[in-house]
Amino acid sequence: MGAEVQSASVSPRFLAAGDTALVVEFGDVVDPAVNHRVTRLAAAAREAAIDGIVDLVPTFRSLMVHYDPLVTSAQALQAALRDVLSHPPGDMSRGRLWRLPTLYGGAVGPDLDEVAERTGLSPDRVIALHSETTYDVYMMGFLPGLPYLGILAKELELPRRAEPRVRVPAGSVAIATNLTNVYPSESPGGWHILGRTPIELFDLRRAVPILLAAGDRIRFEPVGQAAYDELWTRVAAGETGVEPEVAVS
Amino acid sequence: MSGLRVMSAGFAPTVQDLGRPHVQNLGVPPSGALDPVALRIANALVGNPPDAAALELRVMGPTLEVTAEAIRIALVGTAAPIELLADRPARIPAYESARLERGQRFRIGGLSDTGVAYLAVEGGIDVPAVYGSRSTYARARIGGVDGRPVAGGDALPLALDTVPEREERRCADLSWLDEVGPFRVVLGPQDDYITEASIKRFFAEGYAASREADRMGIRLDGPVLEHARGHDIVSDGIATGAIQVPGNGRPIVLLADHQTTGGYPKLGTVISADVPRLGRLRPGDALRFERITVAEAEALRRVLEQRIARVIERFEPARAWLDEAALYRENLVSGVVGSAED
Repeated sequence: MGAEVQSASVSPRFLAAGDTALVVEFGDVVDPAVNHRVTRLAAAAREAAIDGIVDLVPTFRSLMVHYDPLVTSAQALQAALRDVLSHPPGDMSRGRLWRLPTLYGGAVGPDLDEVAERTGLSPDRVIALHSETTYDVYMMGFLPGLPYLGILAKELELPRRAEPRVRVPAGSVAIATNLTNVYPSESPGGWHILGRTPIELFDLRRAVPILLAAGDRIRFEPVGQAAYDELWTRVAAGETGVEPEVAVS
Repeated sequence: MSGLRVMSAGFAPTVQDLGRPHVQNLGVPPSGALDPVALRIANALVGNPPDAAALELRVMGPTLEVTAEAIRIALVGTAAPIELLADRPARIPAYESARLERGQRFRIGGLSDTGVAYLAVEGGIDVPAVYGSRSTYARARIGGVDGRPVAGGDALPLALDTVPEREERRCADLSWLDEVGPFRVVLGPQDDYITEASIKRFFAEGYAASREADRMGIRLDGPVLEHARGHDIVSDGIATGAIQVPGNGRPIVLLADHQTTGGYPKLGTVISADVPRLGRLRPGDALRFERITVAEAEALRRVLEQRIARVIERFEPARAWLDEAALYRENLVSGVVGSAED
């Protein structure tokens, strides 16, 4: 039996995080197969509508189940989650697919040339590698609405920048290690910025301010300056500017 | 809608309710009152549901003017009174509701006896809700007044423009504030990243709340902890009360504005019954930790809830504070008269 098959079937560890959260840990690595188990359990537990669950927070390698200890208990919750784990739903639709128009390089992608240099690729090849992958949203975190996306093409793997930037503009599309992300709002950041999307991943003007969720999938679609500007204007006027495709797998 | 005009803000108060714990999956911190017990009692005094939005005060309170027709307020968490600014200054004691009318101005001074206190207003502060909560999360400019702390010149909108007169209430039972025992902790999820010797020291020796403290967390002064196998983990979820041990070994206990995920090992988690007490800590306050089980923690939380319910059931009618002042003056006068007669 291969190691991968084994790791996919090993039962998760249940760890206490106080009396309001329970961690279901599938591994301790950033790995698509491990993350897939996390997001599947999150979806199945959501479907099961287990009493007392306040929130289900998928991370790279574990699911944090926030609960109300006045409604349920760690023990009851663990039993309910084991039950969900042992009866995996057969046909689960995959997450929504978002195509994010992205302008690469230039002023909005200040690290593109350096990434090309350090990886020994041409800037065009960097763009192609980055935009030809369909990424999974492994988890949301660090900032409201920030997706951690994987897995990045091996050729583009670089450690974080030695000197983080104090200000990374909202919409910046960046890479570090085997991940890529989009900054939903201006913040400090140490990732290599390849480009920018005009889509607002976090916009309080919308009824649903945050666009993405763990389990969704993302494609970056290279666009030129004119298309970027046109979309930027529409988004600035309050449009979302992008609709997800709901894939049937 | 008018309500309260902020003449001076004091030390950056924020609008808080019980937070938005259900959208951590989107990367949004729970936020909400650092001391939800005090908030709930303040809300109960003015007749609000527990999750109405109030002002969370730290260090130094604001000076406010009533611009609504009439409001009802209550201050909970501190012994500092509400000082009415008028020709004849008067004081509304903390832990009592009181009705004020348009044009009245009042001030809450220094909060030397707590890390946090709440000024509740009948009907609640009516800022727009984000994901079901009005709580301010300033780092991402969510909730509250334009996503930021309250500032001088702000007009705080209230849900009610007027409130009827009624018997005012007083919270006489303050025993819930007297808890001085250790902060109870459930070990994990990453206690295996800390050496056994360090875990022993963590529970055996004392810590103090440092000055590096905000709504995200409090760094603790005390024994520096050693990692058993590195200080980076692949990010996982964070619960309020988590005790994070970053590379320098100085633990940080995480509060309501904590990030939803993080990459440092977490030695343990302060139980939910003791999280409100974390909010009350001031810089320099000493604290100790005690290890208990999850089942014990869950039971203690139920005990706390029963206690809050009892405190609220036992509210008494407030002695009318204006009459009290008048009585005081009469006593003083009769005392003077009495001494003159001697």
